[in-house]
Amino acid sequence: MSSNTDAIRELAQQDYKWGFVTPIDEDRAPKGLNEEIIRLISAKKSEPDFMLEWRLQAYRHWETLAKSDGEPKWANIHYPPIDYQAISYYSAPKKRPTLKSLDELDPEILRTYEKLGIPLAEQKLLAGVAVDAVFDSVSVATTFQEKLAEAGVIFCSFSEAIQTHPDLVRKYLGSVVPYTDNFFATLNSAVFSDGSFVYVPKGVRCPLELSTYFRINAAETGQFERTLIIADQGAYVSYLEGCTAPIRDQNQLHAAVVELIALDDAQIKYSTVQNWYPGDKNGKGGIYNFVTKRGACRGRNSKISWTQVETGSAITWKYPSCILQGEHSVGEFYSVALTNHYQQADTGTKMLHIGRNTRSTIVSKGISAGHGQNTYRGQVAIMKGATGARNYTQCDSLLIGDQCGAHTFPYIEVKNSTARMEHEASTSKIGEDQLFYLRQRGLKAEDAVSMIVNGFCKRVFRELPMEFAVEAQKLLSVSLEGSVG
Amino acid sequence: MSLLEIKDLHARVDGNEILKGVNLALDSGEVHSIMGPNGSGKSTLAQVLARRETYEITAGQVLFAGKDLLALKPEEAACEGLFLAFQYPVEIPGISNAYFLRSAVNAIRKYRGEDEVDAIDFLPKLRERLKLLDMDEKLLNRSVNEAFSGGEKKRNEILQMAVLEPRLAILDETDSGLDIDALKVVAQGVNAMRSPDRAILVVTHYQRLLDYIVPDYVHVLVDGRIVRSGGPELALQLEEQGYAALESAAASSGSAA
Ligand SMILES: Nc1ncnc2c1ncn2[C@@H]1O[C@H](COP(=O)(O)OP(=O)(O)OP(=O)(O)O)[C@@H](O)[C@H]1O
Ligand SMILES: [Mg+2]
Repeated sequence: MSSNTDAIRELAQQDYKWGFVTPIDEDRAPKGLNEEIIRLISAKKSEPDFMLEWRLQAYRHWETLAKSDGEPKWANIHYPPIDYQAISYYSAPKKRPTLKSLDELDPEILRTYEKLGIPLAEQKLLAGVAVDAVFDSVSVATTFQEKLAEAGVIFCSFSEAIQTHPDLVRKYLGSVVPYTDNFFATLNSAVFSDGSFVYVPKGVRCPLELSTYFRINAAETGQFERTLIIADQGAYVSYLEGCTAPIRDQNQLHAAVVELIALDDAQIKYSTVQNWYPGDKNGKGGIYNFVTKRGACRGRNSKISWTQVETGSAITWKYPSCILQGEHSVGEFYSVALTNHYQQADTGTKMLHIGRNTRSTIVSKGISAGHGQNTYRGQVAIMKGATGARNYTQCDSLLIGDQCGAHTFPYIEVKNSTARMEHEASTSKIGEDQLFYLRQRGLKAEDAVSMIVNGFCKRVFRELPMEFAVEAQKLLSVSLEGSVG
Repeated sequence: MSLLEIKDLHARVDGNEILKGVNLALDSGEVHSIMGPNGSGKSTLAQVLARRETYEITAGQVLFAGKDLLALKPEEAACEGLFLAFQYPVEIPGISNAYFLRSAVNAIRKYRGEDEVDAIDFLPKLRERLKLLDMDEKLLNRSVNEAFSGGEKKRNEILQMAVLEPRLAILDETDSGLDIDALKVVAQGVNAMRSPDRAILVVTHYQRLLDYIVPDYVHVLVDGRIVRSGGPELALQLEEQGYAALESAAASSGSAA
């Protein structure tokens, strides 16, 4: 009735702009999951035996999980059963590029990344950002490798790392997220096809922002990427991932695993702008995003900081966490999760304080619009030995309209009496008075909504690298389109 | 033709009729004041003119610069040059005052087909207006009205008016919550905005403000109708006698109608 309402509705009705399909010849595995498929994936990638062994162990474990409890059931999300035999676990563009030159990359793929606003040609790159582009299951281009190599930084696709740095992979793979960790992580361990690998050596401050763009293109496939980042003593690296997918009526599964390892005095800043296809306004289609992300602060004074802006996916199930083992280590989690239409997000973090004087900060901003359901689920655990541990948690929800939902489940476990915990939480609604105030100053209703939402998220956006903060703001506005109601 | 012409305006909210036939005309260059007891409908009138959608118009007509004001959305009315200084300014956490002001200026410029101004070109003007209102520059980087004192909020409203340069400014009890020095500063700011091509409508309870912003006309709103109009001396008379006499007048005129 009111035009505030209409504007919110219009805003929410906006189309997904990254939903095109790239016509390309693909090399894909037949549907279904069995040992043969695992062997096929491993063989396609000419992997050493230890990799195949690890995958098979994971696969066998997954089979037992699939036969017993299946997927974890505790999250506040609802979806029809997933048929794991109806998915193809490997799809790759047929023309495999040599990584020597982008010229040999299929021009269709180059064009795709251009459309997405991700220039792969090095001269056109944002100054200081090296990009690894993962198209369906394989990494198709990694830029700026030479410049990084000069600094001693290894930044390449996971497949390449297995070939060129098998010792590092062997030492760290599964050391933070073991293949037994959870249903989806186990599945990923068995079938992961590619992802990014980063190693920053002792004392090196990575001279570029590193960035990976994940793109699902093929239909009826899953994307299972695996990322491993190691910051050696005193090293620093900032890494950003972005994700998009075409519009499809069918739901598609995305089950990634990210492992971070920070040694003494090392720092890893990991930022995500997740914009997988969210499904249409009636909730049809969209990506099921079941992701395990965990960082280990193994060294003294190490720091791992997660920043995420989650606007896409039909379902988001994701808890980037920190294991604070090293004394004085620091874990941070800054999150914006937006659910519009029929999107569901169950996301949060775990901060596990093991070492003395470890500190963690959690700032979560959930925005629900349309029929969206947004759940914050967080755990802060202070172990016996974590004398002097501190946690600060702030958890805010913003509701747009009255058909959406916001839920918070903070779990706190304290086994050391010296711990200091602070928790703040709020739930608010975009008020008619706020909208009217902004509109009285000349802003259109949808711009007024964006402004209020961006203000709400400011604390998190501040943590993003500059260029991406701007992108995230725009993305949020677009994702909200049609939500003024 | 008047800048603003209100004819027999009736409005309700949640089924209650609040405005019961308001007639009023303002010309550019004029300052009018509306006074009246609590609950008489002053803020309602201001918000109806600013096109707040929670109010339902049941009868009447309003022309603003020749346009049918009641057909406009709030942002369109704003872009046409109507500004409302709120009785209760709203907080917008996380959005800096400076960014907010520039967004508003640019929204209006865009509506008028003008180029947007960037932050660098905008700042000098903003600083100048801050000075006019004796405001601390720090307020520019703070979130809009968040944790502002009552007086700072009111000043901030006038700052916005001074930056947006409307054709018609409606000030709803901008004097309430101001200490006497702030009142003078704000009045000075408003007076500096008086101009032949701008009209100002001041809603207030107190003669005190009108000592500083001397209106051309004073109107008394009682129970949703303007029951008396006159010059500045009417305000003085009200200060002495209160509304009681006028209210009984309104009641009898109401029963006669
Ligand atoms: N949403 C609403 N529902 C019901 N009544 C309302 C609503 N909004 C305003 N009113 C009523 O309308 C009447 C006029 O209110 P309004 O705010 O316009 O008065 P005012 O003249 O500005 O008063 P004051 O001098 O106290 O600011 C009041 O009786 C008020 O209670
Ligand atoms: Mg009032």
